[in-house]
Amino acid sequence: MHNSDSTPHSPDTTVQEIADLFEAIYVRYKYDFRQYSVASMNRRIHQALLGMGRKTIADLQKTILEDPLCFNDLLQFLTIPVSEMFRDPSYYKAIRESVVPVLRTYPSLKIWIAGCSTGEEVYSFAILLKEEGLLDRTIIYATDINEISLKKAESGIFRIKDMPKFTTNYLKAGGKKEFSSYYTADSDSAIFNSSLKKHITFNDHSLATDHVFSEVQFVSCRNVLIYFQSKLQERAIGLFHESLCRKGFLGLGPKESVMFTKYKNEFRPVDMKDRIYQKLQG
Amino acid sequence: MKHKMKSQIEAIVIGASAGGIQAISTILSGLPASFQLPIIIVLHIPSSHPSTLSKLFKNIVKIDVKEAEEKENIKRGTIYFASPGYHLLIEKDHTFSFSNEAPVYFSRPSIDVTFESAAWTYGEKLVALLLTGANQDGANGLRIIKESGGTTIVQDPAGAEQPEMPRSGLPYVLPENIMSLNQISEYLLKAGQESGKML
Repeated sequence: MHNSDSTPHSPDTTVQEIADLFEAIYVRYKYDFRQYSVASMNRRIHQALLGMGRKTIADLQKTILEDPLCFNDLLQFLTIPVSEMFRDPSYYKAIRESVVPVLRTYPSLKIWIAGCSTGEEVYSFAILLKEEGLLDRTIIYATDINEISLKKAESGIFRIKDMPKFTTNYLKAGGKKEFSSYYTADSDSAIFNSSLKKHITFNDHSLATDHVFSEVQFVSCRNVLIYFQSKLQERAIGLFHESLCRKGFLGLGPKESVMFTKYKNEFRPVDMKDRIYQKLQG
Repeated sequence: MKHKMKSQIEAIVIGASAGGIQAISTILSGLPASFQLPIIIVLHIPSSHPSTLSKLFKNIVKIDVKEAEEKENIKRGTIYFASPGYHLLIEKDHTFSFSNEAPVYFSRPSIDVTFESAAWTYGEKLVALLLTGANQDGANGLRIIKESGGTTIVQDPAGAEQPEMPRSGLPYVLPENIMSLNQISEYLLKAGQESGKML
């Protein structure tokens, strides 16, 4: 079936070729993409073939098994560092209104941002918590499987050209100050204040293979579960459930839900539209 | 005009941008309630807008209309719209999945992304329509659908509100598959009837 002059993005890949690649990656590198949604992965693998100058998936597989640096290149194609600060402003507004009043009752707070990618969501939370007077008693655990994304997140440096969009989002999300007061600008970069960063720890963690590492009062995991097949979605929600304290909160992306998992009765929807849930038992 | 109909169509995908609401209304309003194929539509609208497309079309068409949901099984006789802000993909098991990756031609949802995954899933059993629009999203998707043996159709650019999108798809369609909206509507009607006979 394979067409030798096929251009990248041609959908002539078999599910088996992708399954073989992911199995090889898992065995060699312990990264587990075996239960990711396939259509999106198919697209990204074809982008990787194009970007890495490989003709076939078999060729790509051979290369990444021989060279960890090449695997790292592939990883950048397979994980999607696309986000915005205060993306879906109504989510952050709902957190200010429905979640923060409860978080205020805790003497100290732990918050887990799972699948934090390059950190846009993490800094959004740090800013929100600072404005609500909670940041000084909070540890934010920001986790991802992509070390390069984590390093970028940790740097706190973002593109200056994204700031107008982030500022608009921030204001819609109920921001209380000048957004520009949170960063120092140069010609290409916005460097976020280190006072935000000192409450954040960045860690390598996989929702597919790792376990719970701390008890937290709030988990935010947005636009990560959409890439998972049902079983892996259920594993991830299970980890969040286990990590959350009783009455802890879970925030998901607008297209994600706990309702189609076995945990649906373990959570109460706090805000259906913005996908904020509260854990019931403990 | 005679069109050879492939025997086993499993799905129809439609891409449109500027002028698309009117064009899609024209095409879909002619379809009967008994229409048997799934129709998956990517229509560019600003992502800041609430997704009102399915509500809008409920009043115009006789078939079930809804916004596609994550992991939902694609059913016959249902029209699905892609949600603003996410790419819509079709998995091999005929369910929908979403992606948040970068916009294509400044568009998310992108017609190319949906077309490409539809080609991958349905192969030659797919019919794709590229309608009015002012950018080139969808042309690459049409190319891939054609390479996979699917049927590609574009709205005749001469009659389109915005000709750029259907024009960019011209290299990937047969001359007889450059159609007016009324011809497209007739084509779909016939495709639905053929597919009904197969049941």
